[in-house]
Amino acid sequence: MAGLMAGFGHYTHAIVRGIPASLAKEALRSSQAEVDLTKARTEHEAYVEVLRERLGLEVVELPADESLPDCVFVEDAAVVCGETALITRPGAESRRRETEVMKEALQNLHLNVVEMTDENATLDGGDVLFTGREFFVGLSKRTNQRGAEILADAFKDYAVSTVPVLEGLHLKSFCSMGGPGLIIIGSSEPAQKALKIMQQMSDHRYDKLTVPDDIAANCIYMNLPNKGHVLLHCTTEEFPESVKVFEKLKDHMLIPVSNLEKVKVDGALTCCSVLINKKTNI
Amino acid sequence: MKVVVCHVTLLDGTDFTCEVEKRAKGQYLFFKVCEHLNLLEKDYFGLTYKDNHDEKCWLDPTKEIKRQIRSNNWQFVFSVKFYPPDPSQLTEDITRYLLCLQLREDVASGRLPCSFVTHALLGSYTLQAEFGDHEPDPPRPVDFISQLKLESNQNKEMEEKILELHKSHRGMTPAQADLQFLENAKKLSMYGVDLHPAKDSEGVDIMLGVCANGLLVYKDRLRINRFAWPKILKISYKRNNFYIKIRPGETEQFESTVGFKLQNHRSAKKLWKVCVENHSFFRLNASEAPTKARFLTLGSKFRYSGRTQAQTRLASSLIDRPAPSFERTSSKRISRSLDGAPMISITEAGSETAENGRDPHLELHSDSKSPLRVHGDNIYVRHSNLMLEDLDKTQDEVLKHQASISQLKRSFMEAPPPSPPQPNQWEKRLTSSPATTIRVQQQQVSLEDEIASVLLSRRSAAECCSSTRPPCSATESTLEGAVTTCSAAAPTAVCTSSLSHPVSALSATEVSVPQTEASPADNPSSDTKEPAKTHEVEIEETIVIQEVSRAAKSGAVTITVDSPVIPPAEEEPQDQKEKVEEEATAVEEVAPSKPEGASSESESEEEAEYHAHVPASICQTKIPEEKEEEEEEEQIKKDEEQQVSAAVVPSIAVEVSQPTEETNQEEESIKEETMVERKDEKEETNVEKTDEKEEKESGRETEESTDDPMVTPEESPDGLIHAEETKMADPTEEQEQPKMNGEASLVEVDPRPQVICCSEPPVVKTEMVTISDTFAAQKTEIATKEVPIVHTETKTITYEAAQLDGNGDGEPGVLMTAQTITSESLCTTTTTHITKTLKGGLSETRIEKRIVITGDCDIDHDQN
Repeated sequence: MAGLMAGFGHYTHAIVRGIPASLAKEALRSSQAEVDLTKARTEHEAYVEVLRERLGLEVVELPADESLPDCVFVEDAAVVCGETALITRPGAESRRRETEVMKEALQNLHLNVVEMTDENATLDGGDVLFTGREFFVGLSKRTNQRGAEILADAFKDYAVSTVPVLEGLHLKSFCSMGGPGLIIIGSSEPAQKALKIMQQMSDHRYDKLTVPDDIAANCIYMNLPNKGHVLLHCTTEEFPESVKVFEKLKDHMLIPVSNLEKVKVDGALTCCSVLINKKTNI
Repeated sequence: MKVVVCHVTLLDGTDFTCEVEKRAKGQYLFFKVCEHLNLLEKDYFGLTYKDNHDEKCWLDPTKEIKRQIRSNNWQFVFSVKFYPPDPSQLTEDITRYLLCLQLREDVASGRLPCSFVTHALLGSYTLQAEFGDHEPDPPRPVDFISQLKLESNQNKEMEEKILELHKSHRGMTPAQADLQFLENAKKLSMYGVDLHPAKDSEGVDIMLGVCANGLLVYKDRLRINRFAWPKILKISYKRNNFYIKIRPGETEQFESTVGFKLQNHRSAKKLWKVCVENHSFFRLNASEAPTKARFLTLGSKFRYSGRTQAQTRLASSLIDRPAPSFERTSSKRISRSLDGAPMISITEAGSETAENGRDPHLELHSDSKSPLRVHGDNIYVRHSNLMLEDLDKTQDEVLKHQASISQLKRSFMEAPPPSPPQPNQWEKRLTSSPATTIRVQQQQVSLEDEIASVLLSRRSAAECCSSTRPPCSATESTLEGAVTTCSAAAPTAVCTSSLSHPVSALSATEVSVPQTEASPADNPSSDTKEPAKTHEVEIEETIVIQEVSRAAKSGAVTITVDSPVIPPAEEEPQDQKEKVEEEATAVEEVAPSKPEGASSESESEEEAEYHAHVPASICQTKIPEEKEEEEEEEQIKKDEEQQVSAAVVPSIAVEVSQPTEETNQEEESIKEETMVERKDEKEETNVEKTDEKEEKESGRETEESTDDPMVTPEESPDGLIHAEETKMADPTEEQEQPKMNGEASLVEVDPRPQVICCSEPPVVKTEMVTISDTFAAQKTEIATKEVPIVHTETKTITYEAAQLDGNGDGEPGVLMTAQTITSESLCTTTTTHITKTLKGGLSETRIEKRIVITGDCDIDHDQN
């Protein structure tokens, strides 16, 4: 046990979930875009492939559920930090049941599972940004104060600050961590405002990496043995300008991952997996 | 001398008994304890006692114990007062060990919340430190653990986890285990955070957390706002309200004041003191210390008198002794019942602290702490996330802001201490008592004996205004205290301003300012003592934090001089610091004691304040809800832009040109404006320091670098009347001003919007007052127009004449001028005070109130 707050970005396991056919028509979305189910599935397979093969994570694949069109976005169903996993209460009514299978999977990994049972609380994992030293919880359409409070109860070691999310679906719709102390942030006004709030609320100093496209700011950072800093980010095809920014990160292993289809239903890179750092055999 | 037996509970739960003289100061006992503990790095620690309300208070080392505890209960607890952010930098293991003991208790009591895993980890380090390596056949730890009272469902699990982790620490020495314990504990988000229950603007329970980095605002367990020390310009409290003035953000020109409602006056003051101490300890560095020290020592408890972290680190580095051997608690404590978490149980379970009384076991410790306790009235406070954006600005940015801050003090007093001048300013200050203003409606003011002299003269406001101003003799080094008068006959309001200006000959000449003193200087003594009781007493204490170098100030000064019409170039220096010091004639010691007494009174009297007396005139109050405050405070913390009247400016300019030392300022300038309409309040406000921004005129001495919190208690009586004591302007002007309060000043200022406006709308429901230069102009207009808007604006500008040297002592002439403009829209009364103070090195001044005003951009705005 390395101690509190050690090893940010170190993961051993990933939980993902398949894409149900219902995603194309029924998944919640903020736009009217048509989703090509086949392409979406191909895209997701490539994503899982990176986690499993390229990065060597133990990937737990949960089966898709047709009655849960958004179930592929597992991030919203649980927040895992250290050995504690908080099962959320998603803000969208139609997604509440997504947590059932997730809970089971986390228990199977012997994590300390905490459930959010308060009916007044809502929280989507997409609104939770863990920086390694503290949490920021976006108060959005999907996440409320009560949900944030319960998260704070579940992770007592860390400061939990709330950040209003005025635009966009989730807090992480325009930001994510790019390394220890490095926040990747979109350049839109709401994103920049949110960053300022986060900076003010924090006792720690964060560097920022601003990218032109908000959604491109959603990346997956890991720090893996033998690989060092790893960053999964958008492709040049999607956001060429933003990719140029990522390419300035010389210390990172950069892995572009396509997200063309899932983004149509508001799915970003982090949405599709729950990353876990599990000590061996405990 | 009578001797008293003190009982001190140590961190390991044992009792230390020692005898002290009945009149011994806190320091004596504290040193005794440290000596007993063999502790050298003692600045992180302190003694607490329980007050009459059973609340834990820090024993002030500089004051007599007897006067603090206010009871015959000589029981104390030795505790960590300042949690070092990086315990690894402590020099001695024994210090770390004591810190560990405190943290074990903090965790056990729930004051320091942590997760199950972390709890177990900390417990395992405790085991290692106390018992050494895990024994396969663990008789001791097992026994130990079994004694722990953990939550029923976690008991077994926690025990197993601790043992499992303990195994991994094999080979670790006790000192190493302690260090690991601390390395983990320090990362906890609530490490070193001192929580105080309060309410926000909507009456919602929140918690204010004071820590090394600043002030944190929590709602339930969520952090909803954070004000880092560099962003805080001023800290003050009034009654049960606690205020912080925030540095404007990059994009904003406004300084904002955020207020929080605490349970009562005591808790507001307590919070204020904790903030002052934490800021001083963590934010000030050694180099600045001397300056600060002066301020700090001025008087009252309100200042932190100990060493700063920077200083204590330096001192620690010089420790040259073999590591002292000390006995860990395990042996002695193990038999005791452990009520806390595992860690605690080991060492401290026995200890008593009140906190143990709490349920350590509750999972939601935070809850227990929380807000529920607070039962406050309405809160005027707002802690809005919205503000955050603005705040982002860096200090540099701030420089641009011109905001000049002025504080209004209504009542006041002054203190002309007859006492002999001391050669050393330092000493002087020390000796000098913080000035306290006393407002007495009914004329009863209890002053402490120590107060050198207080003059109360009854005068009508008009009279006050008219008060003659004796030209200052350059030679006069002594401060002259003006006296405020309460007109008994005419309860309405009397303004009295007394100024004590030590003027150095040089400065004086330059200034050529007639000093007006309340004519009845002599009267005071008798009067002051008379009132044993003040019906309404409010105490405000404000601390201003200066982070700007003084050099800046000097620059500012210069600026100001020019300023009236200052060219843009000067604008840069915008930040001017103006400090107005108000001196009250109160002995330092007294002052501290007073506040408390006053506080209690004030509380009870709050209702009284509701009195009709609160004249509409008190325009300031923008919030109907806050009538009380409004009345009392009308202007307490209003920030006002400084607008310098041209006339004034020129005069000032002359003086300004000379370098002034801040220190001088402190001593010298005193301005008090008291508008009193029969309201008696004592407010002790500390003066603030405004930032001084860097500045422009580096040439001048930049002695003070950033953060110097100046703390000065100001007491201002609230009243309609403003007593002005300004000596700067021409006597004629002065006279006029007083009479025509608002108008005259306005007139002078006219060209520029001098009036500072408190924008009500934004402020509504909050006591925040924002003043923007731009606004000022507008507002000034308004004021002139007599717009129905009620607002009171007070501007105090102090110009510090350049001081040749930074040395406070030597400086013969420091010129300080302050203008205060108060306009009450409803009444349309504007009072402008211009005060010039020359410092005489020899002069003895007691400054009870200091107001530092920084006008950054004021000039600019004015020009505009």
